Amino acid sequence: MSIWRWLARHWVMGLALLVLGYLFLPIAVVAALSVNRPAHRLSYDFHEFTFDNWRNPCATSEMCEAVLRSVQIGFVATVVATTLGTLMAFALARHRFRGRSGLNVLIFLPMAAPELVMGTSLLALFVAGGVPLGFWAIVVAHVMFCLSFVVVTVKARLAGMDRRLEEAAMDLYASEWQTFRRITLPLVLPGIVAAALLAFSLSFDDFIITNFNSGTTVTFPMYVWGAAQRGIPPQVNVIGTAMFLIALLLVLTSTLRGRRLRNP
Amino acid sequence: MSAFAHLPSVSGQPPPVARPGRHRLLPYLLLLPGAAWLFLFFALPLVQLATASLYDPNDTLSTGYTMTWAFGNYPAALQAYWPQFGRSFLYAGSALVLALLMGYPLAYAIACKAGRWKNLLLVCVVAPMFTSFLVRTLAWKTILSDNGWVVGLLRDVHLLGPDGRLLATPVAVVLGLTYNFLPFLVLPLYANLERLDHRLLEASRDLYANAWQTFRRVTLPLSMPGLIAGTLLFFIPATGDYINAELLGTPNEYMIGNVIDSAFLVRLDYPQGAALSLLLMAATLAVVFGCLRRAGAEELL
Repeated sequence: MSIWRWLARHWVMGLALLVLGYLFLPIAVVAALSVNRPAHRLSYDFHEFTFDNWRNPCATSEMCEAVLRSVQIGFVATVVATTLGTLMAFALARHRFRGRSGLNVLIFLPMAAPELVMGTSLLALFVAGGVPLGFWAIVVAHVMFCLSFVVVTVKARLAGMDRRLEEAAMDLYASEWQTFRRITLPLVLPGIVAAALLAFSLSFDDFIITNFNSGTTVTFPMYVWGAAQRGIPPQVNVIGTAMFLIALLLVLTSTLRGRRLRNP
Repeated sequence: MSAFAHLPSVSGQPPPVARPGRHRLLPYLLLLPGAAWLFLFFALPLVQLATASLYDPNDTLSTGYTMTWAFGNYPAALQAYWPQFGRSFLYAGSALVLALLMGYPLAYAIACKAGRWKNLLLVCVVAPMFTSFLVRTLAWKTILSDNGWVVGLLRDVHLLGPDGRLLATPVAVVLGLTYNFLPFLVLPLYANLERLDHRLLEASRDLYANAWQTFRRVTLPLSMPGLIAGTLLFFIPATGDYINAELLGTPNEYMIGNVIDSAFLVRLDYPQGAALSLLLMAATLAVVFGCLRRAGAEELL
């Protein structure tokens, strides 16, 4: 086969791999900077290899407090958003009720609205209502924008489910509760877990909405934002790399498990 | 329950019939907490934002605001900050063009050419988003820095002058926007292209269309819903973004988000910030509904 024929067949894939390279370039830089001893505080260039940043990631205690706070906020927001969103998804997928189209708009809009508008409008509401900004204001905001994503994710899982399995359980004299507990819930659970992971990552990484409602509370993205002016400590790149690795591990194990379940 | 006591039951077990009385209320009970949350913390704040945008522009946060129905806040805000508004749409638009040029081949290759590597490549599209948005953007600062290899290479091939730079220019901001929102464009496009009926492509080839004609007349029109969904998911956050402009640009590259941020958090000029926010919302909605009308709302929602 001539080289031109080979190129004609594979150029799209080649281009795609180049784009993927572009997507991974900053990740490689973050990983490299996480094992870098910077020449001085405002330098973002690779200077000298070291594992020091990984050995004590909490050298800047402010940063670790911010990471911890982000994890706490993400956890609470995820639990609330996943619970409320799953209930809504069940209602939408399984029941007929009035006002469905209006509700669909209410669920769709937070995913389409600019984050800036959601952040500023919540700030306007909190200030007008005398609600203190800070930890709980951030949680309220995060639940709000995670909720729609949970509903969409769980609803998709419910829509793809075989209803005949539940009918079979009912035919075998399982009560409604037993059917839900033994059939429906295990089948929907992967969707709920996916939704929870999505909600946590959205919450953990949010900057714009948090920035408007945080008051003096500092989350990890807010810490990075503030530190960017003064020069960020290399440990920020350790957190960035660690986040990447943890998430990648989660996704890969779930993909592999899914594959094993499908072809045992 | 007692209302159903007279119903015949099979071998002592209650028959699996729906109990309409409870079930009619059930969906509303399931929906209530979530819908209330969205109403209280998404819809209601928008009303408050609209109210705040009409406050007396001469008041401050410390003196308290009075409602004067100051519709003049809108033209005043637009007049003061139209360059930033224009820049938001210009930068997001340029980034969109770049993202389409990169995202379409990527989505197409994953959907149609990847075979058993499909899932792995999909994970690769999403994986860069696992790292914090701000950390990724700061990495671009390193890549585009004046003594980095990208600038060095461009200087060597004379695409940049000897003291030309990328960081702190519009190019850096557009590149950052392209990078940060590219996956949002690729994923819906992929979802659409994956369902592409390959028999139509074969039919086109059988009718003597060449590869380009097949793409232009068959693949592209069929992928339009995915293309429009991806465009929206890219364009809405890109116009509202101000992280890239702040970290990769200078005040000369500030977008409308930078202005709104400082109006609310630095200058504490709530009426102006609220007016600008709503103008952004209106402009975004105009784009969304324009796109939805072209695509047909059904396929997107």
